[in-house]
Amino acid sequence: MSNDWILRHQQQRVLTLTLNRPDARNALSTACLELLVSHLENADSDDSIGAVVITGSSRCFAAGADLRELQQQKVADAIVDRRPQVWQRFNAISKPIIAAVNGYALGAGCELALACDIVVSGENARFGLPEITLGLIPGAGGTQRLLRNVGKSLASQMVLTGEPINAQQARDAQLISEICVTELTLERAQQIATRISQQSPLALRAAKSALKAAQETTLSQGLNLERQHFVSLAGTDDRAEGIAAFFEKRSPEFKGR
Amino acid sequence: MTSSDENMVLTHIEAGVLTITLNRPDRLNSFNDEMHRQLSEALKIAERDEAVRCVLFTGAGRGFCAGQDLNDRNVSVEQAAPDLGLSVERFYNPLIRRMTALPKPIVCAVNGVAAGAGAAIALACDIVIASANASFIQSFCRLGLVPDSGGSWFLPRLAGHARAMGMALLGDKISAQQALEWGMIWQVVEPEILAARTQELAQHLATQPTYGLGLIKKAMYSAATNTLDQQLDLERDLQRLGGRSEDYREGVSAFFQKRQPEFKGK
Repeated sequence: MSNDWILRHQQQRVLTLTLNRPDARNALSTACLELLVSHLENADSDDSIGAVVITGSSRCFAAGADLRELQQQKVADAIVDRRPQVWQRFNAISKPIIAAVNGYALGAGCELALACDIVVSGENARFGLPEITLGLIPGAGGTQRLLRNVGKSLASQMVLTGEPINAQQARDAQLISEICVTELTLERAQQIATRISQQSPLALRAAKSALKAAQETTLSQGLNLERQHFVSLAGTDDRAEGIAAFFEKRSPEFKGR
Repeated sequence: MTSSDENMVLTHIEAGVLTITLNRPDRLNSFNDEMHRQLSEALKIAERDEAVRCVLFTGAGRGFCAGQDLNDRNVSVEQAAPDLGLSVERFYNPLIRRMTALPKPIVCAVNGVAAGAGAAIALACDIVIASANASFIQSFCRLGLVPDSGGSWFLPRLAGHARAMGMALLGDKISAQQALEWGMIWQVVEPEILAARTQELAQHLATQPTYGLGLIKKAMYSAATNTLDQQLDLERDLQRLGGRSEDYREGVSAFFQKRQPEFKGK
């Protein structure tokens, strides 16, 4: 039964993972989150997959963590909680992850979207961190990633009031890259993922790593790191193929070497 | 609650048309909180019932809707100022948002005076047909208030800036004929044929490709705030959806088979 929590669908080199707990508004219980991450880890080591799309339903991406779980948790339980490790594993995925958000992305659902590389959302999307209204705070990067994405004032307002923002506000604040007609959000995300999945796997890996480093390091360290990645690609077959295909006006055939 | 309180909004479904009648004729169908609640329930039917493929709005008696019932708003000097923003936020704004977002056409039969929020509600409908003795009044300015329920958004778009300003600042009564000439409404008909004409039109719309009509409505409302570039993208997306509808297939095959299409609204 637990396997149904996440539906898996691969088309060409794009894997789509659909959160599927409609009765729980796609709440990210620890078990559900672990299942998601294990799917991602499998995808990471699967050469037939170039990019992953994560989505929910048309009305709900994921509406937070499992409150029953949190209700029973004591301090000692919180200290030894596995969730932080699961999120770290999520963060270690090297392939591009695109979130296709329709409806509510709240609490852990919002943090999941924030942890993805690209977020596109439907017009009906709502992003929020309502943890404060429950007497707790975001626990999976909500305060950190949100502030780095949207700036101090809006991040603080969202975290301290718990009130969600709509798709328009999310795009203005650069939390998401595109707003789609709701019925087409998943398709648009898959289109972006398809385009990504056709690029050189080695170059994608290096590019994602460099982009993520930009959030962790100073500019000069980041530039050094970028240079190292750039150099590391110099000897790859894919780089030679990419440039050759450009001059020969044909589509490159990348081999991941 | 008296018996009249129970039927401030009447609903009736026939041939795919949900007729919503504002029904406080002795108060020119003006709004109080209870009437708002009943109208909200009526809209819920429009939103959820798949058998409903067109909505027809009208008023009982000699008026269409006189906006907010001021009897509910007796402001004495001793009392603290009321928060009218709260009433707008709780009742009028959700109403207009739901009407404009409803993916089904809304026809309005303006049977008499439409004043204040009542005028805005009429103008928020997709096709407005007024009786020759109907009128539109932007009465807010006479009380120190501002056109609400989208009034300040609809008026300049429908009638242009100059006429919108004149209407909103002076609060004069605009005849149905004038409203027609200014492009605010679709048609004016004689009072005795208003009900039949609008019912006929609504029933026609209820046989049309409802899903596609919903997409048209979305395109039109988005156009008001989009740039041409954004709108072209939206048209592409909506056309993509329209092209996938069952009704599109039916429409095309009926065309080639030279017969009348039978649309299901999906």
